[in-house]
This record gives sequence, structure tokens and C-alpha cells, in this order.
Amino acid sequence: MTAQADDELWSAVADPSRRRVLDLLVSNGEVSASWLAGRVPFSRQAVSKHLVVLEQAGLISRRKQGREVLYHVEADRLDQAAQALAELAAQWDRRLATIKRLAETAHAEAAHAAAAHAEAKKGKES
Amino acid sequence: MADLVIEREVVIEAPAEVVWRTITEPDQMSQWFADRVELVIEPGAHGYMGFGDQGGPVVVETVDPPTRLSFRWNFPRDEEPVAGNSMLVEFTLTPEGDERTRLRVSERGHELRDWPDAEKQRYADEHQEGWGEYLDRLAEVLAKGQPG
Repeated sequence: MTAQADDELWSAVADPSRRRVLDLLVSNGEVSASWLAGRVPFSRQAVSKHLVVLEQAGLISRRKQGREVLYHVEADRLDQAAQALAELAAQWDRRLATIKRLAETAHAEAAHAAAAHAEAKKGKES
Repeated sequence: MADLVIEREVVIEAPAEVVWRTITEPDQMSQWFADRVELVIEPGAHGYMGFGDQGGPVVVETVDPPTRLSFRWNFPRDEEPVAGNSMLVEFTLTPEGDERTRLRVSERGHELRDWPDAEKQRYADEHQEGWGEYLDRLAEVLAKGQPG
């Protein structure tokens, strides 16, 4: 997945309203925008906007049935999103591991230097 | 309510002051974070983080040495980062004795806006899970086959 596709994906799933829409699509299969609008605390226009963003991110697709447009979730893309998130967690784990190494090394060096200094001072005094 | 994306932590055998310097000094940051770090750790400071040929603006939010640091990133280039359009990264340092520090990092997404309070509360109750659990659960539901 390219970085730009990642960005689209994150901003698509980052918005709780869109997650609500996505939730409804996952648990109800193929539904229309007006069906969704009856089950969320925001307007029909907002639902349409969210559907456009989700579709651009590849998370959902539309299909025409008669006069109605029905939306459904793209399972593969959702799997990719889950993997991308796992990678994000792994990235933070790597960063934290590096911070740990840097801080512990700095601390050990400082302690060592302090001990050497104290030793030198003691040697001078005796 | 902020929407938790990720929360990780590590226990470090060093005092909080040492860990604080590691996460806030630019020459240290460039070792664990970005290739290029142009940032002054002051509340409200605007900076830049470069990762190879990519990168983006960062704005420092909370600076409370040696226990709390937060900044916002991943916001649209032509906008100021606020609660609705960016990711908030927050570091929390908890001393455990003189020589040990627990370092926790969280990354949070877009907060709820324009919702009635009752709806916000209901949503918060329903979505205690983080993104990982959320996406895993959705993927699981889908794997079982779509209903309807």
C-alpha cells in the first residue's frame, strides 16, 4: 500500500461518524444511503459525504439495483487496514525500544562517569 | 472524547529526567523518530519531521517536564491542527523508583464533533475498543460472510 493510500484510509476510518456508517454496513450487508440515514445521529447529506470518503478509500463499493443504489463493505481492503494498523503499532514498539536503549545507555554512561569522578576525587584526597 | 488509535508502553531502567531528554532533544529524536527533526519543544511551537523523502508539519501541544509531552501531526498542510483534523501523539512518563521509568505513548484520532451529548456518550460506551480491536472485529464479521 502506498503512503497516500494509507493516508486516505486513515482519514476515512479516523472519523467516528464514518466508523458508525461502516459498522452498519458490516452488520447489515447491502443497504441504501437513506436506510443508513435513518439509523445515525446525523443528516442524510452527511451520510452521503461519508459514503463518498469511504468509497474513495476503497473500503466500500456501490451497486445499482433498480432505482436504488446499494452500498457494501470491501472485505479485502478492511483486512489491509487492520494490517496497516498492526504495522503502526509495531512502528511505535520499535521507537520505544530505541528510546529505551538510548536512555539506558545515557544513564549508564552518566553513572559510570560519576563513579570515576568520585574515585579520582578520593584518590586525590588520600 | 478522543478516539484512541494506539497505546504502547515500555519500562526503561533510567530516571524520568534521562528519558525526557531522550524524547525531547532534537539530536536524540533524530535517532529514534524521524531522519530530520526541526522542532523546539515548547507549547505551540511549529516544526517539521522528515522521513526520507516524506515528512510533514508538527505542532507541539503539552510540555510538562519530565512527565508529559504531546504534539499533533498528520493534519492538512494548509490548516492549523485542531482536535478534528489531526492525530495527537502523547508521551506519559511515570517514575517507578529513582532508576526506573514507565514510558507510555498513545496516538489518538479525530474527536467527535457536532453530535448531541447523549449520542456521544452512547458511542463512547459502544466503542471502548481501540482501532486494532475495531478493525479486527470488522474483518472477523466479514470473514464469516456478509449477512443479507
